[in-house]
Amino acid sequence: MILEVKDLTLRFGGLTAVNKVSFGIEEGSIESLIGPNGAGKTSLFNCLTGFYRAQEGDILFEGKSIMRLKPHKITTLGMARTFQNLRLFKNLTVMENVMSGMHCRTSAGVAGAILRPPSQKAEEKRIRDVAMECMDFVGILDKKDRLAKNLPYGDQRRVEWARALATQPKLLLLDEPAAGLNYDEKMQLIELIRRIRDERKITVFLIEHDMGLVMKVSEKIFVLDYGVKIAEGTAQEVQNNPRVIEAYLGKEEENAV
Amino acid sequence: MKDKQTCLQTAVDKKAKKVNNPFVELIDRFYVLFDNKKVRYSVLAAALAVLLLLPMRTSMYFMEVMTNVWFHVVVCLGLNIIVGFAGLLSLGYAAFFAVGAYTTGILILHYGVSFWLTLPVSVLMAIIAGLAIGGPTLKLRSDYLAIVTLGFGEITRLAARNLDITGRATGLVGIERPTLFGLAMVKINHFYYAFLVLAVLAIFISYRLQDSRLGRAWKCIREDEDAAEAMGINVVAARLLAFIIGSVFGALAGSFMAIKMTAISPESFLFTQSVMILLAVVLGGMGKIPGVVLGALAVVVFPEVFRGIGKYRMLIFGAVLLVLMIYRPQGLWPERHT
Repeated sequence: MILEVKDLTLRFGGLTAVNKVSFGIEEGSIESLIGPNGAGKTSLFNCLTGFYRAQEGDILFEGKSIMRLKPHKITTLGMARTFQNLRLFKNLTVMENVMSGMHCRTSAGVAGAILRPPSQKAEEKRIRDVAMECMDFVGILDKKDRLAKNLPYGDQRRVEWARALATQPKLLLLDEPAAGLNYDEKMQLIELIRRIRDERKITVFLIEHDMGLVMKVSEKIFVLDYGVKIAEGTAQEVQNNPRVIEAYLGKEEENAV
Repeated sequence: MKDKQTCLQTAVDKKAKKVNNPFVELIDRFYVLFDNKKVRYSVLAAALAVLLLLPMRTSMYFMEVMTNVWFHVVVCLGLNIIVGFAGLLSLGYAAFFAVGAYTTGILILHYGVSFWLTLPVSVLMAIIAGLAIGGPTLKLRSDYLAIVTLGFGEITRLAARNLDITGRATGLVGIERPTLFGLAMVKINHFYYAFLVLAVLAIFISYRLQDSRLGRAWKCIREDEDAAEAMGINVVAARLLAFIIGSVFGALAGSFMAIKMTAISPESFLFTQSVMILLAVVLGGMGKIPGVVLGALAVVVFPEVFRGIGKYRMLIFGAVLLVLMIYRPQGLWPERHT
């Protein structure tokens, strides 16, 4: 288990957004979290990455608790994320965006910046090399000098993935990576997710609305509804689970009224 | 969903094509020309030669104004690290050069320390002050920092006004000027060169910081704090660092100001001083180093040029600023388009 969540509970005042959720993610797998709108998926993601602080439960990353850590610490430990609504550095170039991911893997400080000793130069080169490799991996290397805001939407998504990969994570959390993509781009995304796992040995955990994509790519699926985990299993198991069908389509009696 | 996306895409494309004005293209050409190292270094060398030879041909008054320009270049670039690079609003920057000026003044006057030895102490005091102000507030949103720095500026001035060691309202008078390699720094030309060196150093350090891992981190934080944090950037630490570096710039400039003036009083560090510096940074273009230098030049030279019209000059200055901010809110220095 690369990530273990135990009885996680997150409340906003009287509203319980995540209610005693437990699950584990196998190292080297591709797993997904699905659920109807407002089920608490993104809230759960934000707890895992340190943006929200859950009140109860525990989150173990590689056996260590990350419950009380700040987001940048969690990223440094090896868990990277993307955002549901693109959160690129819009007025920076694609290259600069992706280079930012290497921040937590490098260390030059004020003296290094001003005096530029050989060690700092070598580090800068390493940052560029990694950034280039990540941009090449997702296929946006040819746009590296464009400003992020001037790229079409599909390419902006790619920049976000490249940026997350540049943090050199062990576990990559994708928050609705297919949102706003067209059919072709979705197919490329599926291939990319597989390549991330197979070629880079990164465990992938995604939140997704697009059922087709989730069913195709995930080895295991967790279903969340009203903050409670209602099912887990393979795509087929989940698809045939009556509670899942109920959560998505409603009960028959209710529909009749 | 598909419709929405094409809409988005055309909107993005439109935005990208909007820059088709010949003036903007001309500026972009200059930028490209300036990217050539040979062109850049020869232009800079020529400019520096002119500045170095300037004192031989001009009046005392002109030297005085130019020295003031260099002083402002240093403090504006210092504030630019805080405001322009890290995106923090600081309204009490004058307090930091008060820290430097008083540290140097007190050490020379009361303890007979050599001026050059007061500089490291001045830096240390700036770091302590920066930590004290920035430490608790930088975790909060930037608006709070503006209020706290505003308060800090006033507290520093009032403390200086009421403490015995700072000479109360009269301030410190008769601060001894130092010697450098046996040369006594007494003439205005000496200070012109001293501040020119400081300004060149400030520009150099600003560029080096801008093009570094730290500079990139600041840019990211300015663009999107949460995303920066998600990329593994320690937002609070990076901001604190910017705040401290900016403070050190201010304190060093303040130390040199103390020996140039030989007398400092609490009234040298008014709120309006902080505002003028902030103005220079915003006017020139936040985060753009040549723009900030231009802004510093503007806020010093403009009131001098219009000295003839007496009390109305500030009114005109205000009106010009207002017009500028309406038509060029991004500052005087042009943006690069890619």
